[in-house]
Amino acid sequence: MNFFVPQNVSKPSRRGFLIAAGGTTAGLMIGSNLSLGTAEAAKTAEGAFNPFVIIAPDSTVTVLSKHLDKGQGAATGLATLVAEELDASWDQMHVEFAPANAKLYNNLQWGPYQGTGGSSAIANSYTQYRSAGAAAKEMLVAAAAKAWGVPAGEIKVEMGKISHSSGKSGTFGEFAAAASAMPVPEKPALKSPDQFAYIGKSFPRLDVKGKTEGAPIFALDVKRENMLVATIARSPKFGGTVKSFDATEAKKVNGVVDVIQIPAGIAVVAKSTWPALKGREALTIEWDFSKAETRSSDQLFEEYRELAGKPGKVFRSTGDAEAALAKADKVVEGDFEFPFLAHAPMEPHDVVIEFDGKTADIWTGSQLQTVDQYVTSKTLGIELPNVNIHTVWAGGSFGRRAIYDSHIVGEAAQLAKAWGKKQPLKIVWSREDDIKGGYYRPMYVHRVKAGLDADGNVIAWHHRIVGQSILTGTPFEALLVKDGIDHSSVEGVTNIAYDIPNMHGELHTVKVGVPVLWWRAVGHTHTAFVVETMIDDLAKAAGKDPVEFRMGLLKKKPRHMGALKLAAEKAGWGSDAPEGRFRGVAVHESFSSYVAEIAEISTSEDGEYKVERVVCAVDCGVAVNPDNIAAQMEGGLGYGLGHAMRNEITLTDGEVDQANFDTYEPMRISDMPNVETYIVPSTEAPTGVGEPGTPPVAPAVSNAIFAATGTRWRRLPFTKNEGTGS
Amino acid sequence: MRFDLTVNGSKRTVDVDPDTPLLWALRDELNLTGTKFGCGIAACGSCTVYLDGEPTRSCQTMVEDVGEAKVTTIDALSGKPAEAVQAAWRELDVPQCGYCQSGQIMAAAALLNENAKPSDEDINDAMDGNVCRCVSYHRIRKAIHRAAELMEA
Ligand code: FES
Ligand code: FES
Repeated sequence: MNFFVPQNVSKPSRRGFLIAAGGTTAGLMIGSNLSLGTAEAAKTAEGAFNPFVIIAPDSTVTVLSKHLDKGQGAATGLATLVAEELDASWDQMHVEFAPANAKLYNNLQWGPYQGTGGSSAIANSYTQYRSAGAAAKEMLVAAAAKAWGVPAGEIKVEMGKISHSSGKSGTFGEFAAAASAMPVPEKPALKSPDQFAYIGKSFPRLDVKGKTEGAPIFALDVKRENMLVATIARSPKFGGTVKSFDATEAKKVNGVVDVIQIPAGIAVVAKSTWPALKGREALTIEWDFSKAETRSSDQLFEEYRELAGKPGKVFRSTGDAEAALAKADKVVEGDFEFPFLAHAPMEPHDVVIEFDGKTADIWTGSQLQTVDQYVTSKTLGIELPNVNIHTVWAGGSFGRRAIYDSHIVGEAAQLAKAWGKKQPLKIVWSREDDIKGGYYRPMYVHRVKAGLDADGNVIAWHHRIVGQSILTGTPFEALLVKDGIDHSSVEGVTNIAYDIPNMHGELHTVKVGVPVLWWRAVGHTHTAFVVETMIDDLAKAAGKDPVEFRMGLLKKKPRHMGALKLAAEKAGWGSDAPEGRFRGVAVHESFSSYVAEIAEISTSEDGEYKVERVVCAVDCGVAVNPDNIAAQMEGGLGYGLGHAMRNEITLTDGEVDQANFDTYEPMRISDMPNVETYIVPSTEAPTGVGEPGTPPVAPAVSNAIFAATGTRWRRLPFTKNEGTGS
Repeated sequence: MRFDLTVNGSKRTVDVDPDTPLLWALRDELNLTGTKFGCGIAACGSCTVYLDGEPTRSCQTMVEDVGEAKVTTIDALSGKPAEAVQAAWRELDVPQCGYCQSGQIMAAAALLNENAKPSDEDINDAMDGNVCRCVSYHRIRKAIHRAAELMEA
């Protein structure tokens, strides 16, 4: 998600990296002026900067991850940056989540907010975490030099060992306490890339062992003494409210403790999860739908299509597209439709909250800690610093946990307030709550017309987009919606990579009462599909090879070209595909990473297709951990592919038709192609990889289908098109 | 009602309604949280446990139906196939968010227990009920082959 504009970037501070440690644990806490060696303690460190590194007497290096890790490997990535400059050994590295504190742990791309998203975790932390590691190393060296009476310049640090040519050597732990008394290096020296021992190599993820043993690391696993479990019945139509309810039957369910009305709906509080779920089933609720969204998705599509025929708000105008189209030798047109999509992270939402009237403690996979704190403090009427967020590992997100209104934590706070007792509460969502719960990738309709001259050059492109704005009406509107154009509705088109002399774009922003949200790769999930399939159609109309045609239009875009070239070469583009296989290509930049994908499909006579292989090439600047980049490409493109194949959220009279994984059927292992990932070598600053693998896959597959059948699929999911065998 | 269960080799008693899914009895009553909740309708495999060695969806198994069956959860998974699977999972860094992986590992170890050299087809058949929303399938497939190798060695 790119919801905070980087214009507000605050520079990493050069000051105060390393300050005294010691205290009870005799640890070295780098970057904080605290004398306590625990992550929890750092939250009181008002005015301190960058407390990222703790070294314990046993030499364990704990890196405090300011970012949530919801599967993308960010925590390991940050530990890699510290280990690199600290010259630690990998087996002494440990990672924990930092407490919520926007002053210490803000996302440097976002300004004064702590949060994770927009594939920014490594990008914004690259220098910050390396500096923290480098500073720690300089202090350890200074401490050893003093103890041994030798010049610091003669001391070496390698793989967690400090040594001198005289034969003296020691561990980090031995010097941790003394090092903390050393002066703070103003500008710790950073390595040059040729000195890297960790960056660019693949070290195993620090969280993997626990994740193979069922370790209790998720919010669902959090247990507090005396804790109760609650579910919430929410309106089946978005915007509905409770008219009346009858809890008699629910209260009869063994284990149900109370039934409470809160603004979000009716909460059932129980001794454990099953009675909380069962009790909710037994509720009778009459809803007031007078302010609810009651349209069906078919009706919405009708309205969108109609708007696509009318002029909208101009978001891009270069040259004169209409005039150029009128002169074009060939015109290619396309109408595209995209459904609502749910994120459906594997772990349904859950929050544990403990509120004693003054202070609230919250355990959850918090992705926007600052917003979670803000909403909780407002709901409970307490000061923001009195909201302690204990970030825990999250079972996926794909954007769903980064919520502009923090409604998931907000509901928990509503209930804690209504409950009014100190007793901790765990609020659990069922899968149905999640699938039906809104905050979807918005529906979109695109209408595009593009023209070629007699030589097959693209001379005109006219593009209309119809859909909901993610940010209008939210606190981020002022930042990211400019002149009525929500950037996230048009990204990928407004900055189209192809060199087209006459380009015109218009947007219709519609109002629909369904809450929408960024979904892995946000606007690029639809814009890349439209642009990359249109380009394929244009290549065909021009009688050119799709890769060559793209190359011709990307002359000013070397990084797009680099990724495309590498993918084409590795996929064997230009040579015949194996018998019965067909290839399609797409290349797209998102979050400053450049990804080209070539999909190879097989088809059968009854119109079935199978994606057999995807070759992916990515340019994400310096590759901090190549194996993790490959994992993100595999996961990102798999996520895009599964939804493109068969997922949609539809509404009937405002009610969501899907409920669970039987009706929102996820990608399964038998659908998974073989994926090969190649990384374009680069010395550019690292950029994100969580999202950019997603956008190119659907158009690459649509292009392969086109190559196989001559039929163009322009509606998502693919099951909506003719000849899909379904 | 009280039910006597055999879980991970020990006798455990839970006091719950008979229709309580084994999943919630394990998680809430016995504090065995390795088994995860993903759908509650037997459509995702996150809650996979063994009943007498057979992979079973604990979200759709009521406590009253468990009877004498021996329950095994990820928290106490052991044996050659399980260890090979866990080792291969670590070697190939399979997990992303990790939330589905208890179920994946239970299913993979059961597969290798039956079939020491599964083909891609066998893997698809055995693992299709286990959803991974992070889509780590590519690595799951590779890791099962790798675990088969480790078991041979
Ligand atoms: S939770 Fe049991 S199969 Fe999904
Ligand atoms: S690793 Fe996240 S759902 Fe499988």
